[in-house]
Amino acid sequence: MMPALLLDFVPIWTVILAVGIFLYVLLDGFDLGVGILYRFAPDTASRNLLMNSIAPVWDGNETWLILGGVGLLVAFPLAFAIIIPAVYFPVLIMLLSLVFRGVAFEFRFRDAAHRTFWDHGFFFGSVLATFAQGVVLGAFIQGFQVQGREFTGSSFDCFTLFSCLTGVALVFGYGLLGAGWLIMKTSGPLQQRVRGQGGWCLLGVVICIAAVSVWTPILDPDIAHRWLDWPNIVWFAPVPLMTILVALFIGRTLRSPSEGAPFLGAVALFLLSYLGIAISLWPMIVPHYYTLWQAASSPKTQAFLLVGTVFLLPTILLYTAWSYWVFRGKVRADMGYH
Amino acid sequence: MHLDPLLLSRLQFVWVIALHILLPAFTVGLASYIAFAEGMSFFTGKQIYARISQFWIRIFSVAFGMGVVSGIVMPFQFGTNWSRFSDATANVISPLLAYEGLTAFFLEATFLGVLLFGRKLVPRWVHFVAALAVALGTLSSSFWILAANSWMQTPAGYEIVDGRFFPTDWWQVIFNPSFPYRLAHTVVAFYITTGFVVLGIGAWLVRSGRFIAEGRTIMSATLWVLLVLVPVQIGLGDLHGLNTLEYQPTKLAALEGRYDTASPAPLTLFGIPDDKDAVMRSEISIPWLGSLLLTHSWTGQIKGLKEWPADQRPPVGPPFYAFRIMVGVGMLMLALIIAGNIMRRGSAFVTSRSFLLACQWAGPLGFIAVLAGWVTTEVGRQPWTVFGLMRTANSVSPSLTGLDVLLSLIGYIVVYAIIFPGGFFVMRRIIRLGPQAQALDAPVQSGRPTLPITSLPPGHNQGITS
Ligand code: HDD
Ligand code: HEM
Ligand code: HEM
Repeated sequence: MMPALLLDFVPIWTVILAVGIFLYVLLDGFDLGVGILYRFAPDTASRNLLMNSIAPVWDGNETWLILGGVGLLVAFPLAFAIIIPAVYFPVLIMLLSLVFRGVAFEFRFRDAAHRTFWDHGFFFGSVLATFAQGVVLGAFIQGFQVQGREFTGSSFDCFTLFSCLTGVALVFGYGLLGAGWLIMKTSGPLQQRVRGQGGWCLLGVVICIAAVSVWTPILDPDIAHRWLDWPNIVWFAPVPLMTILVALFIGRTLRSPSEGAPFLGAVALFLLSYLGIAISLWPMIVPHYYTLWQAASSPKTQAFLLVGTVFLLPTILLYTAWSYWVFRGKVRADMGYH
Repeated sequence: MHLDPLLLSRLQFVWVIALHILLPAFTVGLASYIAFAEGMSFFTGKQIYARISQFWIRIFSVAFGMGVVSGIVMPFQFGTNWSRFSDATANVISPLLAYEGLTAFFLEATFLGVLLFGRKLVPRWVHFVAALAVALGTLSSSFWILAANSWMQTPAGYEIVDGRFFPTDWWQVIFNPSFPYRLAHTVVAFYITTGFVVLGIGAWLVRSGRFIAEGRTIMSATLWVLLVLVPVQIGLGDLHGLNTLEYQPTKLAALEGRYDTASPAPLTLFGIPDDKDAVMRSEISIPWLGSLLLTHSWTGQIKGLKEWPADQRPPVGPPFYAFRIMVGVGMLMLALIIAGNIMRRGSAFVTSRSFLLACQWAGPLGFIAVLAGWVTTEVGRQPWTVFGLMRTANSVSPSLTGLDVLLSLIGYIVVYAIIFPGGFFVMRRIIRLGPQAQALDAPVQSGRPTLPITSLPPGHNQGITS
């Protein structure tokens, strides 16, 4: 184990965790987004189509959430032990919503008598789970009350005006991703409709991003210095500028015949926002209290998991990509729900 | 009224894990069964196996979906309600949970999609491989999660620094003393649980008169498998008990109902434990048998709970009764399986109405035994979360108030009380339809179109109002 102890695994795990969480946001983001748009589908036929467009992949997508949660526990257990109890209720709401939404895939088709009930479960489950994730994000940016190795605040601290704003932001954001996905998966009038919905989501998310970007530095002078001090301002200015360009790009492609571009644009928008948050908080994992290195698990723990991850993660990415390829193209009417 | 966050967190954990475990108990076995049926269909080309496989895949998809959503809740419990436990043990057991995700969950989830939706999109052998991958995933999942749980029961390969656990030897962490026994006993329990459900449904198919051939094939194969597994399970249980005697003597004393050390020790068949006075009331017991079973000698000594201070003893009632329920169920299963295999002569097992009914009634027995077994294991471990080292009382999140946990517990109870009966009725409907009603390329059934857009039955055009 000697060489293991000489190596610093923290940057490696930071990257793995960051990529894992980003993949979660993208993948479950678009299928939660489909759930958010589900309410606005015109009829049962389109609803069936919407659901079938994600039915074969949602389970794999949601598995990244487990990897994110457990990855945090493995790599930065102190952060896990402080943050998760601090966001007790948003996590609870997210989990219960995901339960409702997850079973709706099966129950809706099999239990025709309560179809409407499960339809509602799918829509509200998707919206609430997304909102709750956004609240977690907002609470995380704001930081928690910590003493020693423990969260000492109240379980209701995480609900603030700011965290509710990030919650709404994420609902629009996932909605946009979902619209991007559906544009690729559908055609005709349904696709036209979805393009319109994508436009509304884009508007919502742009307003929210702007509000969050102004509010965050006001909230926290450290973050203000990070962005606005010379020469950082030169280095970081491209992030907001690029964000504006990407938003304009998405707006255009939503109205063009292009089918893949809106989704790619939405991905870029998420990537930039993600980068923005990382710049604001680096290198803290428990804002104001613990850095990535202070919260990290022992090198032996990180090394032990890394050995397997190096092989397993690429394998997972490969067969996940393969399964997307199997279900490629427009949702086929004859694909048939098993 | 004082609300205790510790007690409520424990109740919440029991509620979510007990309902979660019911699904693995069924899906682990069923995944292997489907892989078997897919394999038979692939290699023999017989239609009956394809029909049987498709029938079970439908049921599986519902059970598995519920397993996933109730499972995602689980790792977050460690953070929300047991954050002190997470902080203390993460360096040792969290990689096991992560390996579970990496080796099992992705495999299951991805290939399940192909298994359910890909029949027409991939070659037949790929479909068979997908079935195998799902089965392998569920077994791998059992391996890692039980390694984590067993480490909490019989910790090994660690050192304690500043009140936290750190790994010293990963091999010992994973293959800790109780792990081989717990893994074998639990996986066999899952196969048996599935076996009895399958047997019961097979009996119903025969009795309904519509699917006699399918029902017979299902029952016959299952009776053979169970004839091997049930006796094996009883043997494994015995070995498990010996292991517990060595590493968790307080738990063993509790499930034996033994307060006073004795040699020779009798076997207590029944009694009413009284923890306060530390006596067993209204006891019915057989002399010497306790020593004989546990020490394999007529006069071996068995330690009673009074050897330990009162604050290190588990409550006796739950493990004591639960253990008796589990063993009782095991014996009942054995009797039924032996009878069934004797009744192969003259095909009595498919013609005897009372045997078919008995099989139907025995369908849920596995679930009862699994829950009873886990209550024995987990309550018998109390008052520790990490046996002998970390107390349950010191594991709970410090920031939680009683009200917080009461609210979340109510949330879990309400949601699960809708979801679980819902799933039960959905599965029952699939069974009622039977294997043939939904042959491979069947058109519309039960308001669910095979062709999502083109074949909507009339009158189903109202969903949610928009
Ligand atoms: C011995 C088996 C076993 C035991 C003791 C447990 N589970 Fe489980 N779990 C499984 C066997 C399993 C499985 C067979 O792999 C499941 C059941 C059905 C399914 O979908 O996968 C599953 C699903 C499942 C999932 C969703 C996986 C997915 O998305 O595919 C999670 C996150 C967990 N479990 C986590 C836990 C935790 C944290 C447990 C303990 C506290 C636990 N499980 C007990
Ligand atoms: C890796 C797997 C598991 C882990 C890490 C785990 C962890 C825990 C923890 C932390 C507790 C203490 C809280 C408490 O006292 O309630 C506990 C208790 C308990 N667990 Fe487990 N558990 C696991 C598997 C299971 C399974 C599969 C079951 C099946 C039903 C189960 C049933 C119980 C029960 C009944 C208690 C209550 C004991 C009591 O409160 O007296 N556990 N477990
Ligand atoms: C009839 C003879 C049986 C005996 C002697 C026996 C023995 C035991 C013992 C001693 C334990 C507690 C181990 C510990 O944690 O220290 C246990 C646990 C358990 N038993 Fe059994 N058992 C029997 C039958 C069954 C059957 C038929 C099933 C299910 C179909 C079953 C399922 C379980 C489960 C799921 C556990 C909890 C997990 C574990 O700790 O292994 N048992 N059994």
